[in-house]
Amino acid sequence: MSKEKFDYFIKGEKEKYEVVIGLEVHAQVLSKSKLFSGSSTKFGADPNNQVSLIDSAFPGMLPVINEECIKQAVRTGLGLNAKINNYSVFDRKNYFYADLPQGYQISQYKNPIVGEGKVLLDMPYGSKEIGIERLHLEQDAGKSIHDMDPSNTYVDLNRSGIALMEIVSKPDLRSPDEVNAYIKKLRSIMRYLGTCDGNMQEGSLRADVNVSVRKEGDKNFGTRCEIKNVNSIKFMQMAIEYEAARQVELIENGKKIDQETRLFDTKKNETRSMRSKEDAHDYRYFPDPDLLPLKLEQKLIDDLKKSLPELPDKKKERFVKEYGLNAYEANVLVSEKEISDYYEEVAKLSDKKLAATWMMGDLFAMLNDRGLDISKSPISAKHFAELVQAIKSGEISGRIAKEVFEIMVESGDNPKKIIESKGMKQQSDPKELEKMINEILSKNKDKVDQYKAGKEKLFGFFVGQVMKLSGGKANPQLTNEILKKLLKG
Amino acid sequence: MADITNQSLNEIIENVKTKKVSSTDLTKAYIKNIESAKKLNAFVSTTFDQALDKAKQFDSKPNFDQLLPGIPLAVKDLFCTENTKTTAGSNILNNFIPSYESTVTKNLWDNGSFLLGKLNCDEFAMGSSNETSHYGNVINPVGDQLVPGGSSGGSSSALAADLTPATIGTDTGGSIRQPASFTGTVGLKPTYGLCSRWGIVAFASSLDQAGPMTKTIKDCAIMLESMSGFDEKDSTSINKKKEQYSKNLKDNIKGLKIGIPKEYRVDNMPKEVDELWEKGKKILKDLGAQLIDISLPHTKYALPTYYIVAPAEASSNLARYDGVRYGYRSKQGKDLIEMYEKTRSEGFGDEVKRRILIGTYVLSSGYYDAYYLKAQKVRQLIKKDFDDSFKKIDAILTPSTPSSAFKIGEKTNDPVSMYLNDIFTVPVNLAGIPALSLPAGVDNQGHPLGLQLIGKALDEQKILNIGYAFEKNCGFKNEIKKWWS
Repeated sequence: MSKEKFDYFIKGEKEKYEVVIGLEVHAQVLSKSKLFSGSSTKFGADPNNQVSLIDSAFPGMLPVINEECIKQAVRTGLGLNAKINNYSVFDRKNYFYADLPQGYQISQYKNPIVGEGKVLLDMPYGSKEIGIERLHLEQDAGKSIHDMDPSNTYVDLNRSGIALMEIVSKPDLRSPDEVNAYIKKLRSIMRYLGTCDGNMQEGSLRADVNVSVRKEGDKNFGTRCEIKNVNSIKFMQMAIEYEAARQVELIENGKKIDQETRLFDTKKNETRSMRSKEDAHDYRYFPDPDLLPLKLEQKLIDDLKKSLPELPDKKKERFVKEYGLNAYEANVLVSEKEISDYYEEVAKLSDKKLAATWMMGDLFAMLNDRGLDISKSPISAKHFAELVQAIKSGEISGRIAKEVFEIMVESGDNPKKIIESKGMKQQSDPKELEKMINEILSKNKDKVDQYKAGKEKLFGFFVGQVMKLSGGKANPQLTNEILKKLLKG
Repeated sequence: MADITNQSLNEIIENVKTKKVSSTDLTKAYIKNIESAKKLNAFVSTTFDQALDKAKQFDSKPNFDQLLPGIPLAVKDLFCTENTKTTAGSNILNNFIPSYESTVTKNLWDNGSFLLGKLNCDEFAMGSSNETSHYGNVINPVGDQLVPGGSSGGSSSALAADLTPATIGTDTGGSIRQPASFTGTVGLKPTYGLCSRWGIVAFASSLDQAGPMTKTIKDCAIMLESMSGFDEKDSTSINKKKEQYSKNLKDNIKGLKIGIPKEYRVDNMPKEVDELWEKGKKILKDLGAQLIDISLPHTKYALPTYYIVAPAEASSNLARYDGVRYGYRSKQGKDLIEMYEKTRSEGFGDEVKRRILIGTYVLSSGYYDAYYLKAQKVRQLIKKDFDDSFKKIDAILTPSTPSSAFKIGEKTNDPVSMYLNDIFTVPVNLAGIPALSLPAGVDNQGHPLGLQLIGKALDEQKILNIGYAFEKNCGFKNEIKKWWS
């Protein structure tokens, strides 16, 4: 595979600019109950139905840490090749807002549970390492609903207190494509680990995007702006493009970029100032006196490490080595754990390479058309493997296989049954084929003469006739061979 | 039978157990006392009907094996009580009825007692005289012009006036020990984490600790045993086996080493307080204890440290009172922000506002390092002073307060002189260790004075034992004339 060169720069009137991006991803921890209370975290409940006295900050209520959330954060840290801190502290981040009943969010400030790590991206121009600055645990706030009533805002506290992991990257990203790859990789790792479902529609994964620009070759970073709470990759990419262009324009016009927090307006496709640095909140962080510092025993970390599943990077390596896939195929097939599981089941029972080709072709296209996850595939891995084997053994041709595939999707039957009941088996008996071909040649003497006179294009015509007569079942390779032999004679 | 309500809790329990008095009659006796003591303003609310029902239930099916069989108890209005209004002495909670019971009060009820009423206190436990309560100041039964101390002033007043056989308070900087000292009663601030904070309206989370207020040391041991214990709902709760403080109470203190810290001899301390301290030393020495001079060099920084740490935590703890989900909500205000502002302006009193402002200030960016962070470091040094001392000694003896009860209104316009009242009690909260205030004598006006016994963490039994021996040999008797009835 030829390697492309990285080429994402913003061209101003005068100079070429590099875009520098850092992400603060908020990933909802997959857990039954909230970070500091026993309330359920299930999505889609009626408003204010999953709210305990703790979540709604009644007098005298105290937070108690949910151990599962701690383990999930440690697992995620390990998945990001990061340092797990044996000592971390929960702090109060104080601010006043209608959907924050306590008047403070419990978060981690100076001592996060996870320190520096890294994530590997596969870009067309090679692999790229993105540094992770830290991962910390914090509570989500409630949700203010502004559009239910013309004069009132409603508050739903179901989300209040749900555990979030804030994963802060280093400013290592340089393009919307890298952001896309980074988010997908993070999502993939967390889904492999079972620590976050990565469902962006339900808000399980959102990000604050820090963007700055600098002249190509500059060593120093420019002034950055933070775009708050963007909840889809597409919007992140659009926001970055808009914001980078805006900053370049300011610079080229000799203006200063103000460090500020901005909002991305998805309707107008633009970022807007939300608050300047001067108006920034003073969060008055201090250690939450209701919670003791979190001390993790090394044994717990070691045990969690031992129980980690094989992660996408390792699996990709193995797929290349074990199944003879190329890097691109391996990358696609490990992107989701469910896909890799499906592939491995198919590969166990059939040709590994052919299985990959058919999965990435027809199977993915079908799932995509129907908007299905592979876990909901109408074709089981076992049946799919049988289909691949039928192709590999020459029992059916690729063209017939496509028909069988369609019938499998509709009926859910196994391919053997379909091939037999519909008589779709490939004609691979040389004697039978020769008989058929002779019949065709004798019926088309004029065309045979023309062919022999040099009109070799007619070869395709004869193949077509064989396919027609055999109802598409003639083995194409054998047909070619026999046709050539008989036409020579 | 003589008036049962002037007996100790232990004596009352014996009388109930031996069926000399029924729980119902006992409860009625206290109700009568409470009704004739309205002048003291010790109660924010009463639960007489409910208490009489519980008493009847007990009498019909008594269980005498419990620690507090059929005993009616009034508690500080900082403890959330299920279906009973809980105000924390504040207007902002003037209509708040919890749907839950604090762990400490639940422990008391599980041991056979029941609620008689809720006792007045300084607003959110911020005060040393019970004058910051939205529900009016409380009067000390010792004298009609005197404050009962604070913040557990309703508790000390009710106890000293025989309106409850024993009670509980909370102590963030002295709020149990100082009122106990002002009323000639016993008050214990346990080790931080010994009693659960769950369901107690929070003031300063790293300092708040509930504890017993009683007439005698034995009573104190019974109450502590009843109310303490590990609670998984409080992350700072200590997970240890429950102690039998009352059963293990001993009055032999021979050979124990008692530290006398030179830093507790402060300027302008009344002569009587000094004399009382000397008297205390002599009693302990005569009982066979050994007195050892010690130094707690960072003591002088304790008060400023406390008045940074406590308001900082309070400013954050009190952010939840916004008039939305519970409590008082202002009817003024055009929009949400104005509703918040008016609610908090009208809902909180001056002292609470003062501490919210101090706390917000010391946590603000640019000031955090100079105030809050430094205070935390000093707090460690104060704790270390105690840790170092307790390597050589068993307990420390100091005065509880620098003076006896002061007059109502005397210090209300001078917050700093009010804060100075906590000078001997505050270091203990910062260090998280237990301390007992025990009545030891009176000043020349006949007003009670207390001495403080400080122990190392979880050494409640030892300081109770010393207090027990002291009590037997001190000869103090709290003579309060019932001028209010």
